[in-house]
Amino acid sequence: MGPALSLFLLFVVWPIIKAVQFSVYRWKGFGPLTDFVGWRNYDSVLHNEVFTGALLHNLAIVALSLLIQLPLGLAIALLLNRRMWGQGMLRTVIFVPYVLSEVIAGVVWFQLLQPQYGVVDALLAAVGLEGPEQGWLGTPEYALYTVFAVLTWKYLGLAVILFLAGLQGVPEELFEAAQLDGASWWQVQRRITIPLLGPTLRVWAFLSMIGSLQLFDMVWILTGGGPANATTTMATFLVTEGTKRQNYGIAAAASVVLFVVALVMALLYQALVLRRDVRDASVGAGR
Amino acid sequence: MTRTAFTRALALGSAAVLLAACGSDGGGDAGDSSGDGVTITWWHNSNNDPGKGFYEQAAADFEGDNPGVTIEITALQHEDMLTKLDAAFQSGDAPDIYMERGGGELADHVEAGLTKDLTDAASDTIETLGGSVAGWQVDGKTYGLPFSLGVVGFWYNTAMFDEAGITATPTTWEEMYAAIDQLEAAGMEPISVGAGDKWPAAHYWYYFALRECSQDVLSAAVTSLDFSDPCFVAAGEDLEEVIAADPFNKGFLSTPAQSGPTSASGLLATGKVAMEMQGHWEPGVMQGLTEDGQGLGDKTGWFAFPAVDGGAGDQAAALGGGDAWALSADAPDEAVAFVEYLLSDDVQRGFAENSMGLPTNPAASDAVADPALATLLEVRDQAPYVQLYFDTAFGASVGGAMNDEIALMFAGKASPQDIVDATQAAADAEK
Repeated sequence: MGPALSLFLLFVVWPIIKAVQFSVYRWKGFGPLTDFVGWRNYDSVLHNEVFTGALLHNLAIVALSLLIQLPLGLAIALLLNRRMWGQGMLRTVIFVPYVLSEVIAGVVWFQLLQPQYGVVDALLAAVGLEGPEQGWLGTPEYALYTVFAVLTWKYLGLAVILFLAGLQGVPEELFEAAQLDGASWWQVQRRITIPLLGPTLRVWAFLSMIGSLQLFDMVWILTGGGPANATTTMATFLVTEGTKRQNYGIAAAASVVLFVVALVMALLYQALVLRRDVRDASVGAGR
Repeated sequence: MTRTAFTRALALGSAAVLLAACGSDGGGDAGDSSGDGVTITWWHNSNNDPGKGFYEQAAADFEGDNPGVTIEITALQHEDMLTKLDAAFQSGDAPDIYMERGGGELADHVEAGLTKDLTDAASDTIETLGGSVAGWQVDGKTYGLPFSLGVVGFWYNTAMFDEAGITATPTTWEEMYAAIDQLEAAGMEPISVGAGDKWPAAHYWYYFALRECSQDVLSAAVTSLDFSDPCFVAAGEDLEEVIAADPFNKGFLSTPAQSGPTSASGLLATGKVAMEMQGHWEPGVMQGLTEDGQGLGDKTGWFAFPAVDGGAGDQAAALGGGDAWALSADAPDEAVAFVEYLLSDDVQRGFAENSMGLPTNPAASDAVADPALATLLEVRDQAPYVQLYFDTAFGASVGGAMNDEIALMFAGKASPQDIVDATQAAADAEK
């Protein structure tokens, strides 16, 4: 048995088996596992409004990322791919938030978004607008979108840098040929750049999807899942049930559900979307 | 590509599962006794001066009198300490001396064999403390030595009350609403509440339950976990009325309890709001949140939770709780000696003089220098009974469900009946 396989078994397979085991017991977090409850933890998780709400929030973040971060990141990457003044500095500025620790970024935004005393509300007031009464993070209707805005600020840099790297792989000759044929800048982007960037876009979407399903840190710091459970994610739900309420069996059941959701989505994406890239690659290799 | 992507998906997906798996097989470590030297690990939450320095001095004094003993202090912010303690218990790596809040939580720790029985080892100190230790007893045995026992009430800014023309502190909710109106008329925000952390919001419901429910109903509920008495719904109705009057600071739903200057305690300490309902630790917390280290200083006032007209509960009963020093099961004997030292007349007097809490050793009662805390001590000692905070009394699972639902009411998303139903559902899952 190779060392890689033993590491994989120890740190990936074993925890999954343990989580499945915990999920069929009622357990306070210490002492032996004695109170076997079968499917009851799964039943209570799947019928829990907070958990189903959390699942919807995760899916909303997945959808918002694809609908907003993808076009935004692509637009910025295309603009930054041209020779222009201050290109290096702009690229750095876009990428800096991604380098910041998630906790530091979260605390900074928490302060900026404070109702009444925060900078965001002060800026709004300066132009005659008023923030919501409970603040951006305290109003159930806005909280999830506010968290998403902060996430976009944080993670857009990664998308831009990946896309820029992908753009380096688009042969220069194609642009020249297209320009000789009289194609406009927009036509070049649409007919040449974006199709050739396809594999990079699809890999980014995959990473973004998995990241959104596992979303925890930023939500935990900004809202802790509140207000009124408006920003709970599956991960914050399982941490609250586990470490806060010491219902480790229920937390384990929630973690197994999260695992299954992430795995199924990843496999489907693999089968339906990424497969084309694999086939293209093998054709390329055969030439 | 197919296989690596699959593996990656598997690895990413299981990261969440890993979390749940942590702490399954934690091994305990025995007290660090080696040869003559004994090291005692001690966690506490007095992470600001004067408390921090006072405890450092107490440990140094004890080390001086007991050669060979080393005390390793870790001073943590309160919320951080709770998180770290939970993790330490799961990994079997708990400090020798830690803070225990009693109630359902202590009962769980005792059942799991995590906490040392002090009944015989510290019998003299237990006798000195008298009735105060009741909250830290399970099946007649004592597992914690309370060093501070306080009650929740309204801390207020005396200068702001004067400015708004409030001459006497409210004793009934009718007078309270009048005071709120006066403060608002004077252009002040009346009350701050850290509803972002949930428990400060939940204290309102607890107190209304104390005013609406008789002591018999409450003590029966703690043991039977039965919340069918209509007084619990009445408590929610009282709270709804307060929320409808909108006396709270702007953005209270996301306001933290006591971290930073824009927390609920910070707003009171910096004169942004006129009052806040909080526990006896408030002056110490406020001192840490102001630049001059004074908190509200001599503008600090305190009054008891007002009476509810027609409530079936005892209108003088108090909601409260305290902190006790408890020892992990394998703590060395020197640790017992040290906590007894911490509860000695001298240390408890110093504890009181530094406004770190409300001493439980009767010899230290008159050392409470702060006039606001002296008022509070009087109310504590005259209360017919002190009800332990519900979330502590009922344990993390029921208490957490209760606090969540009460926080929902603050957001306008739960009715009085919802609070009772959610609490009952969590309680039924425990049975």
